[in-house]
Amino acid sequence: MSVDTPSEITSAGSNIANRKNAAVRYVFFSCALVTILTTLGIILVLVQGSIEFFTEVSIIDYFTGTNWSPVIRPRSYGVLPLIWGTLLITVGSALIAIPVGTATAIYLSEYASPRVRKTIKPTLEILAGVPTIVYGFFALSFITPLLQRLPYIPDVGTFNAAAGAIVVGIMIIPMVSSLSEDAMSAVPDDLRNAAYGLGATKFEVSTSVVVPSAFSGIIASYILALSRAIGETMAVTLAAGMAPQITMNPFEPIQTMTAYMVQIGISDVSVGSIGYQSLFAVGLTLFAMTLSMNLFSLWIKSRYREEYQ
Amino acid sequence: MSTDTTNPFNDATEQIERKRQIGRLFVAICFASTLVGIVALVALIADVLYESWGWVTWEFLTYPPSQVIDNYLPGGRGAGIYPAIVGSIFLIALTAIFTIFLGVGAAVYLEEYAPETRLKSFIEANIANLAGVPSIVYGLLGLAIFVRAFQLGSSLIAGALTLTLLILPIVIVSTQEALRAVPDSQRQAAYGVGATQWQVTRDVVLPRALPGIMTGTILSLSRAIGETAPILMVGAATSMFIAPDSLTSPFSAMPMMIFEWATLPQPGFQHVAAAGIVVLLTILLLMNAVAIFIRNRYDPRS
Repeated sequence: MSVDTPSEITSAGSNIANRKNAAVRYVFFSCALVTILTTLGIILVLVQGSIEFFTEVSIIDYFTGTNWSPVIRPRSYGVLPLIWGTLLITVGSALIAIPVGTATAIYLSEYASPRVRKTIKPTLEILAGVPTIVYGFFALSFITPLLQRLPYIPDVGTFNAAAGAIVVGIMIIPMVSSLSEDAMSAVPDDLRNAAYGLGATKFEVSTSVVVPSAFSGIIASYILALSRAIGETMAVTLAAGMAPQITMNPFEPIQTMTAYMVQIGISDVSVGSIGYQSLFAVGLTLFAMTLSMNLFSLWIKSRYREEYQ
Repeated sequence: MSTDTTNPFNDATEQIERKRQIGRLFVAICFASTLVGIVALVALIADVLYESWGWVTWEFLTYPPSQVIDNYLPGGRGAGIYPAIVGSIFLIALTAIFTIFLGVGAAVYLEEYAPETRLKSFIEANIANLAGVPSIVYGLLGLAIFVRAFQLGSSLIAGALTLTLLILPIVIVSTQEALRAVPDSQRQAAYGVGATQWQVTRDVVLPRALPGIMTGTILSLSRAIGETAPILMVGAATSMFIAPDSLTSPFSAMPMMIFEWATLPQPGFQHVAAAGIVVLLTILLLMNAVAIFIRNRYDPRS
C-alpha cells in the first residue's frame, strides 16, 4: 500500500520517527478493521444460532406457520404472526411519517424563511434524539388513553398496534423531513427560476419541479425511515404488547419480531434451549429485512441521483 | 367556464384566482404538517412532566428502587433510581473510552492513511450499513460474543463493549467530517518542515479537529445512554439495589429501570417511570448542551 506522502523527504528524518510512523499506521488500520469484524460477527452469530434452531424446527414451518407459541405447549414456531406485527407497525407509521414528513420538507425547503428553517429543523430533530423507551411511555400514558376516548372506536386495548404505529410514526418524521429537505434544497434555483419564467406558480414549482428533481433523495429517506421502523424495539414493546397474532384490527395487541426478542431477553431462558436459539432465527430475519432495505436505499440514491453543478 | 363573455381575459383571471387558492391551501397543509411534529414534541414533554410532577424528589435520586409504591411517596421509606444512575454513568464512561480510541483510530486511518482503493470504499460502505442495523441486533451480538464467548457475563464491561460497537459507525463518520474540515495547507506546511505522517496527524490534524471530534462523540454517547434494547439483551438487571463497583459487576441502567417501572401493573408506577424519564432526559440535555457549547466555542467550522 502506498501513500501519497513525500516519503523521500521523511526518510531523511530520524529512524525512530519513521518506525513509529509505520507502527502507528497498523494501529489505526486495526481500529478500522473492528468495523469489518463487527459485521462478520453479526452475520456469524445470527447464522450459527439460526442453524442450531433450524436443526430442531423445519425451516418451511418457520416461514409458513401462522402460529407463534415458543413457550406455551403445544409449541409452534411459525414466524408469520411476528412479521405481520412488524408490518402493521411499519405500514401504520409510514402512513403518518411519509405525508407529514414530506409536507414538512416542502414547507421548510420552499416556503419557510431561513430563520424559521434554522429553528424548526433542529427542533424536529429532537424527536429523533428522544430515547425510544420514552416513546413507549408516551404511548401508554397519552396516546392509548386518547384513542380510548375517541368516539366510534370500540374496545381499544391497553396494548394496541395503533398506539405503537403512531409513536413510531412520530419518531421517524424527522428522518423523512430532514433527509427530504436536504434533497430538495440541493435542487438548483435555476430550475425553479426557469419554471417561474414560464409562468408557473409557487405550488406548481414545488410539486412539478422540486419534488421530481429531488425524487431519489426523497425515496431514499422513506426507505431509511421504514427500515428504522422495522427495527424499532422498546416503543413497540411497551405500546403494542406481546400477543403474536395475525389481525386486521389495529386496536388489538400484537407482537413484533423485536418485541419477541425483548420478551426472551427479560425471561430466564437457558442457553442452548430452543427459546434461546429462536432469538437468533428471528434476529436473522429482522437483520435480513433491514439490511436489504438499507442497501436498496443506497442503490436508489446512487442509481437515480441527479447531479447538479 | 363561460365562453360567451365579452371580456376575453375573464377566463384567465378566474384561472389565476383558482391557482392562487390552490397555492394557499397547499401552504396551509404543509405548514400544518410542520406543526404536527412540533405539537407531538410538546405533548410528549408535557405528558412526561405532568405524570412526574412531585415525584422527582431528593430521595428518588439517592435511594435504590422498591417494589412498593408507598416507598416512593413523600414520607415513605425512600426509593428511587440511584443504582441505575451510577450504572448508566459508569456504562457511558467506559463506552466513551473505547469509542474514542476505536472511533478516532478508524477515522484517522480512513481520512489520513488509507489509499483510495477498493478496501477503503468497502470499509466505508460497511460502516454506512452498520449504522442501519437495529440496536437489538447489536444486543444479540453482545450476548453471544461478550457475555457467552468471552465469558464476561452480564457485566458492566459487556454492556459497554456492546454500546461501543453500536455507536462506532456514527462516531467514525462524524470524526471523518471533523478531520476533513482541517485545511490541507496545514498538513502540507508540516510535511514541508520534515514531519512524518504520524507527526502531522498527532501535532497538526488532531488538535485542530478535536472540538469537532468531541462534539460528535458526545452526541453519539447521548444516544447510547438512552438505549434500552442492547443492554437488555446483554442482561442488564432491573432489580439492582447497590451501585456497580467493578468492571465485572452486574449493573442496571436508567432506561432499564424506566422499562421495568412502565411495565409494572400496580397503579402509581407510571409516575415513577415518568420521574425516571425526567432524570434521563435531564442528563441527555446536559450532554447535548456540553456538545453544543464545545461546537460554538471551539469549532472553527461554526
